[in-house]
Amino acid sequence: MSLTNVTHIARSEGDPRVEHKGPSSLTGPDRLARALGWFSIGLGIAELVAPGRIARALGLEGKEGLIRAYGAREIASAVPTLSVDKQVGLAARIGGDALDLGTLALALRPDNPKRDNAAIATALVLGITLLDIIAYSGTKTVHSRERGAQRDYSDRSGLPRGSQASRGLARKDFDIPPDYRAEGRVADAVPELVA
Amino acid sequence: MKALVWHGKEDVRYDTVTDPSIENPRDAIIKVTSCAICGSDLHLFHNLIPAMLPGDILGHESMGEVVEVGSEAKGSLKVGDRVVIPFTIQCGDCEQCRKGNFSVCRRTNRKAELADKAFGHHTAGLFGYTHLTGGYPGGQAEYLRVPFADTTHIKVPDGIEDEKLLFLSDILPTGWQAAVQADIQPGDTVAVWGCGPVGQMTIRSAILLGAEQVIAIDYLPERLSMAAAAGAITIDFKEESVLERLNEQTGGEGPHKCIDAVGAEAHVNFGQPDTILDRAKQMLMAESDRPHVLREMIYACRVAGVISIIGVYTGLVDKIPMGQAMNKGLTFRMAQAHVPRWTDDLLRRIEDGQIDPSFVITHKVDLSAGPEMYRTFRDKADSCIKVMLRP
Repeated sequence: MSLTNVTHIARSEGDPRVEHKGPSSLTGPDRLARALGWFSIGLGIAELVAPGRIARALGLEGKEGLIRAYGAREIASAVPTLSVDKQVGLAARIGGDALDLGTLALALRPDNPKRDNAAIATALVLGITLLDIIAYSGTKTVHSRERGAQRDYSDRSGLPRGSQASRGLARKDFDIPPDYRAEGRVADAVPELVA
Repeated sequence: MKALVWHGKEDVRYDTVTDPSIENPRDAIIKVTSCAICGSDLHLFHNLIPAMLPGDILGHESMGEVVEVGSEAKGSLKVGDRVVIPFTIQCGDCEQCRKGNFSVCRRTNRKAELADKAFGHHTAGLFGYTHLTGGYPGGQAEYLRVPFADTTHIKVPDGIEDEKLLFLSDILPTGWQAAVQADIQPGDTVAVWGCGPVGQMTIRSAILLGAEQVIAIDYLPERLSMAAAAGAITIDFKEESVLERLNEQTGGEGPHKCIDAVGAEAHVNFGQPDTILDRAKQMLMAESDRPHVLREMIYACRVAGVISIIGVYTGLVDKIPMGQAMNKGLTFRMAQAHVPRWTDDLLRRIEDGQIDPSFVITHKVDLSAGPEMYRTFRDKADSCIKVMLRP
């Protein structure tokens, strides 16, 4: 059952209900960024709660503290990635990918018995890095302010009589209502004081 | 029918939905001829305001033709009437409506219990603007059910195009109220932060109300050019110090009146480091709004001046210099616009050729282009300032 059907319980009988979903404002890069953000949350939680298992699987015993810190970093980059400022989060993720690859390079040493696992992890991180770069450049393109024309609206006054002739025009037949008055004069309030 | 439907953060879709139907004798159904995307729709697009649900139809700026009228609305509406629909739904009879405070009508928010918990005391029902304001389906659609339709409409004459009338629904009376609640007097210097659609209407309203000098603050060249077209002095806050320029223009005393037409989502940039901290807090849900403009206005405003807030704030703000505000004796006025309080007067000014609100429209497209236009408007691409949609 789709979410829009569930939310119908909050509507009244005569309210329109969704029958068919149409095209969305979300673009492909937006959806990719969102998926990467949720991936970051999942990986970050795994690194925070099970750093020992990850360290053993990669032959990185003794680096549990570093892996836990990387978990915190993953979650910190997920927050902006899932927000409307996704490019900030994606840039942070790309930086984080570089750190991950640097750390995995330590696990690729020939004497590491878990070298094969480290090689697989490195390949996965490389793949994710590629997706991060695609999402970053994609969102930058689709949300660029530069797309379309740069126009000048200096001919749009909205005041058909011109701005000078319009100045104070409404005061001829409009007074600020009493409940909107914020200013007063001593002469109005205490006439005897200025008499 | 077709409608623009909210499905989540940054996810607006052009969906097929069932047609609305009359529920209450005071309801009416209109066939929407024109509608628009409002700057405050972007707060929903960004999921900044709680209580949106997937499947909610967006839109609170719409107009059209009456096609069905409930039995109790027939005294004031008939099929075929041409109407603009205010974004506020009002009963017309409660204590606040009788005072003209329509945006805090006591009766039209059908989810008042939920809103009481969020606001302390609920506000009026609004179209397409979260379940805190009633969860009413919005008008970015082919048809719209108008609750309390006998009092929630502005009848408009034939012979004037939609472009000139549509903005009676929101941004024109909103800009007008921003200027009125600043109590603008002839001779005043008025500073307006934000040159989006509401800021543009505020600038024109301030001029019509006799402000001697209007200073418009933004950073987007197309918006500043539109502000200058009305005779405003412009400040690009990325290039110049706002406080220094305001003091230069006012003999060092500051503007008499300061108007916030920005609200919750001040532009984030390194030149204004508080905006970066606010954005970080927002991401961590430690603060809901970015109130840079409010802070700057309090510093900039002349002593005993007036601060008028019309940009939408959504909840909690940090680091507001209340000491400065209190000691300077500033007056604060703020509200969602009480639309019908001003619309008869503003319609007459449109007919009289004093103001032509169509100047603000930069994009006029079919409703089906709505999802893409939400992105374009949010990204400030293609020099987009105001999007008008035709279902």
